[in-house]
Amino acid sequence: MSLSFTSESTASAGPSFGLAGLARRAEAVVLPLGALMAGFAVFSLFLLLQGNSPTDFFALVYRAGFGTAFSWENTLSRAAPLLLAALCVALPARLGLVVIGGEGAIVLGGVAAGFAGAMLFGTPAIIALPVMLLCAMLAGGLWIGAVGALRHYRGVNETIASLLMAYIAIALMNHLVEGPLRDPASLNKPSTAPLEDALRVGNIPGWDVHWGLAFGIIACVLAWVLIDKTTWGFAARIAGGNVRAAQVQGLPVGRLILGFTALGGAFGGMAGFFEVTAVHGSANASLAGGYGYTGILIAFLARHNPLAIVPVAILLAGFEASSGLVQRRMDLPDATVLVLQGFVFMAILMSETLYGRFKVFAPERWRST
Amino acid sequence: MESDLGYWIIPLAIIGGAIRVSTPFLFVSLGEALTERSGRINLGLEGTLVFGAMSGYALAYLTGSPWLGVLAAALCGALFGLVHGIICSLPKVNDIAVGIAMMILGMGLAFYFGKPFVQPVAPDLPAISFGWWSDIPQIRAALEVNVLFLIGAALAVVLWWMLRATRVGLTLRVVGDSTDAARAMGLRPALIRTCATAVGGAFAGVGGAYLSLYYPGSWNEGISSGQGLMAVALVIFARWNPLACFGAALLFGGAGALGPVLQSVGVSEGYYLFFAAPYVLTLGVLIATSSPTRAMTGAPGELSITK
Repeated sequence: MSLSFTSESTASAGPSFGLAGLARRAEAVVLPLGALMAGFAVFSLFLLLQGNSPTDFFALVYRAGFGTAFSWENTLSRAAPLLLAALCVALPARLGLVVIGGEGAIVLGGVAAGFAGAMLFGTPAIIALPVMLLCAMLAGGLWIGAVGALRHYRGVNETIASLLMAYIAIALMNHLVEGPLRDPASLNKPSTAPLEDALRVGNIPGWDVHWGLAFGIIACVLAWVLIDKTTWGFAARIAGGNVRAAQVQGLPVGRLILGFTALGGAFGGMAGFFEVTAVHGSANASLAGGYGYTGILIAFLARHNPLAIVPVAILLAGFEASSGLVQRRMDLPDATVLVLQGFVFMAILMSETLYGRFKVFAPERWRST
Repeated sequence: MESDLGYWIIPLAIIGGAIRVSTPFLFVSLGEALTERSGRINLGLEGTLVFGAMSGYALAYLTGSPWLGVLAAALCGALFGLVHGIICSLPKVNDIAVGIAMMILGMGLAFYFGKPFVQPVAPDLPAISFGWWSDIPQIRAALEVNVLFLIGAALAVVLWWMLRATRVGLTLRVVGDSTDAARAMGLRPALIRTCATAVGGAFAGVGGAYLSLYYPGSWNEGISSGQGLMAVALVIFARWNPLACFGAALLFGGAGALGPVLQSVGVSEGYYLFFAAPYVLTLGVLIATSSPTRAMTGAPGELSITK
């Protein structure tokens, strides 16, 4: 395909230097941060109404999530799958698609990695691990890519289809790990055969955090380059803004939809790969741990910007890491984090209505007071 | 397995199962049909369903009356719908995304407040036995019909009539088909949509109360497995027609009953795959009824998912 335009400075019209440029960019940072704070405020009120102390809560989250080197390592380990799960939402979102079934890609990616690992018993890790990763990404990519294909060729709503396919993926995983792929030795928790030690992905040297974090961050950077620095990403943003205009321009909307959904799914599959090879050691029902759903919130909080996903995912991973301590110390149910996520999600969506309302962020309107 | 019935037990159990399993589908889809007819989609009904299940169970346990539980579930559902409706009335806010957030919030709040009610046993909703003429226990079991199912069936007819022949129905359809036309008629689209979403939420809450107070009849965090979401797809399949919603709910109920029925007659092969039957059916129906080129027949003009 040939795209005749360059990819430079499309998000904001005009130069992005100086005070004016800063003000324009500030809106995209200040409003989500404000919404995050508003979500925290509503949640604090929720705790206060039941006689719980919000300060205790946030202090515990800080201690368990970010207070010590150990808690940082715990948080970062949890952030790894969240980064990839959020990409599974953010990439299709650039085309205006709301895909919420990333859990399906994670689960099937994990099963594919576990199955490939069991098949490749005795193969050197240098060959086996890339093959397993490829299988996982292929499984996830095909699964979410199918959602994109249904959307493009049949006009099926991608939000509903992807969530249905997540349920189907979980059923498929249960069928496979309890049936054809079950290791007879796994009694209490049906699983695929455990991976041999050589095929377990280890930690980043010097840290107690597995390699999934590095891959997740690299994936976010690559996704950012793809969206912000290539003609493909530019075309996707055009198509996301206005499909008709994109078609008139001769953009390959179908291939963009298939490519972006499949790539998102491949990242989801990668999350499954790391869950199996670095965390669980075999594929089992633990794969359906809800990372795909937290990923939706992260992508929306980051406004589908892959670079912003990194800090947001780490923040939310910290909250999840602190869940256990909060439960024990404050005697709160484990769903507390889910309630917090719900309030933050609502706040972030409501903040959409505020964009363009504040003069501070629009330099061209500064003088007209 | 009873030998005198042979394999007849399977269709019989599926019919009985369809009636039992379909009720939440029926209520959620009727509520969603009403909301979507006003031009808005509420994907958060899954969360409303779960919260309805929790609040219904909790109140039935605390008061001893299952009907007070149903009422509480309806009120909570209406409140959730109201919140969704008001937020979506803000400019530039995406109703699909708000639905996802409401789903997470509804489930979070339900699990949060529902923790103390996992153990206690709440009274069940009453059922009417239509199988008194038979001696065969399986037939009697299959024809044990809950009162809420009958109410839901009646509601489908009432809603169908309301949308077709009353002023309220016409108002709703005008708002759903064209915001501009509604404004020109002096209607207030945002207000009407918010009301329709609140009523739809109340229906979904009742569907949830059925789950916890009759079948399966207990409260736990796994009470719903996507019924609220499937019901949204079911509305598209039913072409926003309440009577068709009733038929579609029965069909989906039958698919949902397939897994447990086959398990009860000793079919264990592919057990989990049969549990996926309702999801596969929903997806298949969506694929079959969608089209990339033409707008869906019967779709409200202002609905975001079909535009």
